[in-house]
Amino acid sequence: MKDVELKMLERAKALLEGGEVARVIGWKKGDFCYDVSPASFETVEELDGFVYNWFCGANLSKYLIEMSKKEGKTAVFLKPCDTYSFNQLVKEHRIKRENVYVIAVECLGKLDAEKIKAKGISLITDVEVVDKDVKVTSAYGVETLYKPDVVLTKCETCQKTHQVKDEEIILHERPERDVDRFAEVAKLEAMTEEERFAFWRSQLSKCIRCNACRNVCPACSCVKCVFDNPASGIAAKANDSDFEESMFHIIRAFHVAGRCTDCGECSRVCPQNIPLHLLNRKFIKDIDNFYGEYQAGETAEGKTPLTSYTEGDIEAKDVFNGEAK
Amino acid sequence: MQEVTEKKEFTPTIVAFCCNWCSYAGADLAGSSRLTYPANVKIIRVPCSCRVNPSFVLKAFQQGADGVILCGCHPGDCHYVTGNYYTRRRMALLYSFLNYMGIEKDRTCIEWVSAAEGAKFAAVMNDFVKKVTDLGENKRLTDLRVKEGE
Amino acid sequence: MLKIAKERLNDLYAKINESMGLFIPIKKAGEVDYHIWGEGKEVSLETLKTVKSPKNMFFPQSENMMKFKTEGKNIEIIDVRGEKRPFVLFGVKPCDYKAIEVLDKVFLAEPVDTYYQSRREATTIVTLACSKPEESCFCKVFDIDATAAYGDVTTWLDGENLYWQANTEKGEALTALVKELLEDSDDAAVKAQQEATKAIIDKLPYSNLDLSKFKPENLNELFNAQEWTEMSEACLGCGTCTFVCPTCQCFDIRDFKTNEGVIRYRCWDSCMYSDFTLMAHGNSRTTQMQRFRQRFMHKLVYYPSQNDGLYSCVGCGRCVNKCPQKLNIVKVIKTLGGKNND
Repeated sequence: MKDVELKMLERAKALLEGGEVARVIGWKKGDFCYDVSPASFETVEELDGFVYNWFCGANLSKYLIEMSKKEGKTAVFLKPCDTYSFNQLVKEHRIKRENVYVIAVECLGKLDAEKIKAKGISLITDVEVVDKDVKVTSAYGVETLYKPDVVLTKCETCQKTHQVKDEEIILHERPERDVDRFAEVAKLEAMTEEERFAFWRSQLSKCIRCNACRNVCPACSCVKCVFDNPASGIAAKANDSDFEESMFHIIRAFHVAGRCTDCGECSRVCPQNIPLHLLNRKFIKDIDNFYGEYQAGETAEGKTPLTSYTEGDIEAKDVFNGEAK
Repeated sequence: MQEVTEKKEFTPTIVAFCCNWCSYAGADLAGSSRLTYPANVKIIRVPCSCRVNPSFVLKAFQQGADGVILCGCHPGDCHYVTGNYYTRRRMALLYSFLNYMGIEKDRTCIEWVSAAEGAKFAAVMNDFVKKVTDLGENKRLTDLRVKEGE
Repeated sequence: MLKIAKERLNDLYAKINESMGLFIPIKKAGEVDYHIWGEGKEVSLETLKTVKSPKNMFFPQSENMMKFKTEGKNIEIIDVRGEKRPFVLFGVKPCDYKAIEVLDKVFLAEPVDTYYQSRREATTIVTLACSKPEESCFCKVFDIDATAAYGDVTTWLDGENLYWQANTEKGEALTALVKELLEDSDDAAVKAQQEATKAIIDKLPYSNLDLSKFKPENLNELFNAQEWTEMSEACLGCGTCTFVCPTCQCFDIRDFKTNEGVIRYRCWDSCMYSDFTLMAHGNSRTTQMQRFRQRFMHKLVYYPSQNDGLYSCVGCGRCVNKCPQKLNIVKVIKTLGGKNND
């Protein structure tokens, strides 16, 4: 990973020095290896704080909405999953493509510090990854963990590849793998209505309505969200009832249906670890099933499933009769 | 004093969103043809079935509906040419999703009813009211605050 | 000092629950938060940081304040406060206990917030000293001793026993209630644990932050610091930090229409939100940088300037762990707090 970081740093320096871009969007170091934050770097000196490591899970695409409006070009490092969000935002005219220089960077899956800490390890000072071994150095010694146990939930089933790039920095190929991202959705579908209701009620009752899922979501790019708009009729600031807990998540999932690229940021940021991606994936699965396979963000062109139709579409009442394509 | 043991029979509250051009006229025709359908169906007229935002469906449940039905022109007959095609996709996904959240699938329904189909309108409503009555009160997607004091 | 064997804690909870409500860290759907205890609930005292703090007990995320009913031209205002049932708040960490002191200064100052007061008065607080602090903890910076006795009753937990010491009248009353379950104990185990914990705390990376710069006289300098822009750049404007914070106390008041009338309720609000303190003319803070600055200036400068230097941060570290983009108060202190923090 260090070699990738050095290469990225080298490119960032060159781009800034050469005046080709006015700023570079990447990640900056924190106090520990795992508390890295998205940041923009405008000078070579600022790049001292630049970092790219196993904890750079944040999706940088949404920041480009504001950044691409600024004077001068913006260079950005995008992981495979981030490029889908980027395309989708370009498609929706939220990012000015001509103002952005996309550098595709490799990603072999990012780690979740919370999952590592949940293994009882604290005071983490360094993390090294070799294949599927995660070597965690902490004040209490070195411990080796199995990587699939401690990657971010969004990385568990990721098979994404870069969909857009102006150049790339890929030093290690990610091994091909075969995972079913809909397995968990299917498991829920196989339950009875009562069981599903109980599952979602217990999950959503944890929600504190911090809106982190919404604010981090690249598909949630409304300037004024209905839930913040007292005139919308459904604005609600708190979970005053079970209904409002559900309402917020149903409406949010529906609003991003057909546009959600499954980047998984919602689940990453949820302070209560609600598996929010399972809401969005249900829509993705249904769309694939009813209207043919569709991956939002594969291109920056074309219509989305909910802004198009065919005359022979499935009827809503047949959805439950197993008559889907 | 005699104890009152009378059991109150459950009559569901049904919200029916009907498009102005076909289904609402269909409801009119049902009325003028003296066909009966339950009085607990509350019709909300919308310009087109496509006007129905999914939040309307949820709001109806919040405010005490036990079932929500959406009626529009038959596909291909939309007054605005393509409105109901979009409705069809939206509602197929929404209803499937609500069921995924554990909401009983028979609480939601979509039917295409033309202005000439008064009889169909009455039949659809009778059928839907029966299904929702069998399900009983909506407890999973309702806001207890609304019903306070009842 | 008294003690009870760990295996018998459930009996203790059941005994308390016979005559009072019990609010205690419980694991639900994978996450631990304070919930009302009941038989069969999975209590998790060992959890260092519940997602939400126990402030929920006195200042719930949302609570009804009154109801309105109209008849003709009359509006009837219905008080919904009522008598509060006595409660025991169990397992409060020293930092969270300190946070209650911070909240008291806001809600119990004139004019007293009677909603908060009635809950506060009806509650006996049982604290639990820390034994396994982690790197996001920095309570020491705020002069909190994570091993010491706070609250009405203080407890210490080790592998075998829960040690119990009453500190106040309320605490004595609770001790009397559960006396049959407690047995006498010396304080050797507690002393040993306290020493070990203190040794860990001294070594924690955030234990030596320097707050001396955050004084009312530096208000302008801090407010106008150039660094706010850079620090807030990645802020999403979500309310995670505010809602997991044990001292954040801002709320909004809203109305909800029912079939019977109107409920007026209040709910937590976040200064990170774009509609926070929204007024007819618009919002007083129009950029995320201003909102971000407000939160930290409030905690480190405005609040202490009105409360004899008491900071409204207790170093619980929840925001350090939970901020989606890893921005937090420690980074602010390090950036603006002068060279002693380098």
